[in-house]
Amino acid sequence: MKKKGKVSLASVEGGAAVAAPKTKRRKSVSLDKKKAKAGWLFVLPFVLGFVLVYLPIIKDSIIYSFNSYTGNRATWVGIENYKTVLTNSGVIQTLTGSLKDLLLDIPAIVIFSLFMAVMLNQKMLGRAAFRAIFFIPVILSTGLIDEINHTEGGIISNMEESVNTGSTGSSATDIIGAADIAKLFSSMQIGTGLVEYVTGLVNEIYGIINRSGVQMLIFLAGLQSISPAIYESCSIDGATAWETFWKITFPMISPMILVNAIYTVIDSFTGSGNAMMNKIYDIATNGGDFANSGSRAFSSTLGWIYFAIVIAIIGVVTAVLSAYIFYQRRD
Amino acid sequence: MNEQTTAPKIKKETKNKIRVEFDRVSGWDRFKLKYLTWRFLGLSIFKLFRLVLLVGISYVIIYPFIAKFAASIMSPSDITDVTVKLISKNPTLDQYKYIILENDFTKALINTTVLSLTAALIQAFSCCLVAYGFAKFKFKGNKFLFMLVILTMVVPHGVLRFSMRQNFASYEIAGIYPLLNKLGLTAETGINLLNTNTPLYLMSLGAIAFKNGLYIFMLRQFFKGVPDELEESAYIDGSGVFRTFFTIILPLSVPMMVTVFLFAFSWQWTDNFYTELFYIGVSEKPTLMPDIVKVPPKLTPEAGWPTKATGDWTSAVKNTAGILIMAPLMIVYLFCQRFLVQGIERSGIVG
Repeated sequence: MKKKGKVSLASVEGGAAVAAPKTKRRKSVSLDKKKAKAGWLFVLPFVLGFVLVYLPIIKDSIIYSFNSYTGNRATWVGIENYKTVLTNSGVIQTLTGSLKDLLLDIPAIVIFSLFMAVMLNQKMLGRAAFRAIFFIPVILSTGLIDEINHTEGGIISNMEESVNTGSTGSSATDIIGAADIAKLFSSMQIGTGLVEYVTGLVNEIYGIINRSGVQMLIFLAGLQSISPAIYESCSIDGATAWETFWKITFPMISPMILVNAIYTVIDSFTGSGNAMMNKIYDIATNGGDFANSGSRAFSSTLGWIYFAIVIAIIGVVTAVLSAYIFYQRRD
Repeated sequence: MNEQTTAPKIKKETKNKIRVEFDRVSGWDRFKLKYLTWRFLGLSIFKLFRLVLLVGISYVIIYPFIAKFAASIMSPSDITDVTVKLISKNPTLDQYKYIILENDFTKALINTTVLSLTAALIQAFSCCLVAYGFAKFKFKGNKFLFMLVILTMVVPHGVLRFSMRQNFASYEIAGIYPLLNKLGLTAETGINLLNTNTPLYLMSLGAIAFKNGLYIFMLRQFFKGVPDELEESAYIDGSGVFRTFFTIILPLSVPMMVTVFLFAFSWQWTDNFYTELFYIGVSEKPTLMPDIVKVPPKLTPEAGWPTKATGDWTSAVKNTAGILIMAPLMIVYLFCQRFLVQGIERSGIVG
């Protein structure tokens, strides 16, 4: 559009008016192409990194999973590795275990982080301080520090122990003893399944807080982007805070719920705390459930099976949540 | 009627203040209407509940750090003493002293700072470029490439451990080295990049390092929130695409970039996967943070530290090493958290 304007301007200028429109028009056609080219230049780092570094790594890993190794000599065995891994009882057990954990953890983490984000989004005294504190685990409880925490006799494992045994140590989770909650629920005569779920969550409260930092950040950003005008008109119409949350905040934030659910799946599946990842690591370092010689092949095989499962789960989560997502029309 | 329209009676007048007399509801009535309502009661209960909850969760988050610090100034006798919970009876700084002196803490600090700072800066920059490309330009394969970005996040790097190591042990640079080898120009089929920081820098440059998919996603959402008119006006003024990016978009996105930098920096700082993978089994490996997490010789029982509970003592010393690792991060976080909050306040992520 703008270019068209320019063309007419150029022709008005006279002089080389005969030649000018032709060249100008060619340029105006190529504007989209020019922008597309610029787009490719911008994503070039990723494309190069993917082709030059990532693809060879992936390729080798897939090749490993189809080969059997004696020393460094490879023999093609086809899908034999996959058969062996999938019929191994230890692998199946860990897989179902970590899937069950995940099913319980996703809703807990997503709901908790949404709840906390809504809290931290309200105006109140010391909001900045609370925000700073809530993001500490994202920065500090990762990798190495996490490993130190979880070593035998480490602070966190001590804390978890004292909660599980119900002993009264100087532990953070004492304020909400799981035993008390179990009592409360059983006196209310609610099914044992739910009781176990809730007490499990209380036991894991530290882990859940630790793992919901990024999700909180994404939710907070989503909340910030909701126009205050909508809330204002809501309050003028006499909506209560409860109604406002369910009718305005929740639909507006729903795309972020999907993003966070997917991120939680990825994070808890590929995180170092995951039982399956530990198993893969175990097989990689000393053979684990398999013969030591097959460590390279079997860990790669298990890794790719695991990857397929994660993708499938992400697909299911997306399919389930997509039905409830509200996209604000932007124009 | 007429009385109201007349000017109010002036009680007192000074240079910049004026007190006027007017009819007012009595203080008690005002108090009753404002505070003795169900609405106010509900609001106060909610506020109290919120405060208690936030303080409680903050406590759960902060407590481990307090406990860590408390354990770090304990002597072995405190560890075995059951009456000691948090406050040490014989506080000592020996744990810090020997870890710093004997575990080469300063070397680890310098090496890790160089590594993390470089990697994080590269990552913040390359992710920013890539994310801007995805957010603002329509080109064939945009969606497909973004799927690939998500894919790199879904494949756990732990799974790729062997092939990653293998690839960087003899890096072929897209088949150039094997070609040179065939031509007889080099003896090797690839360059050995292990035991250097190059693999991590390479991955950072390609925006495929640890959790870079997340950064690209976050930045892409941020850029999508930046109005197109901003760039259009720059284009009309004759600025090129890249100039627009560097002079207009980048300054805008500083808070978001700091957030990404903070994540990249701290996750690289506490990383023990890549540092183990790329430096393992090398005789002269550079000292990095994971290497200081061990009991220094001066703190072992053999060196005259009498302790019955060796396990507890070992974990206490490791915790102290953890504190030393965290301390620089804490300082960085203190400076950056302002941007973290700013970043999210301006990002405007929508779908």
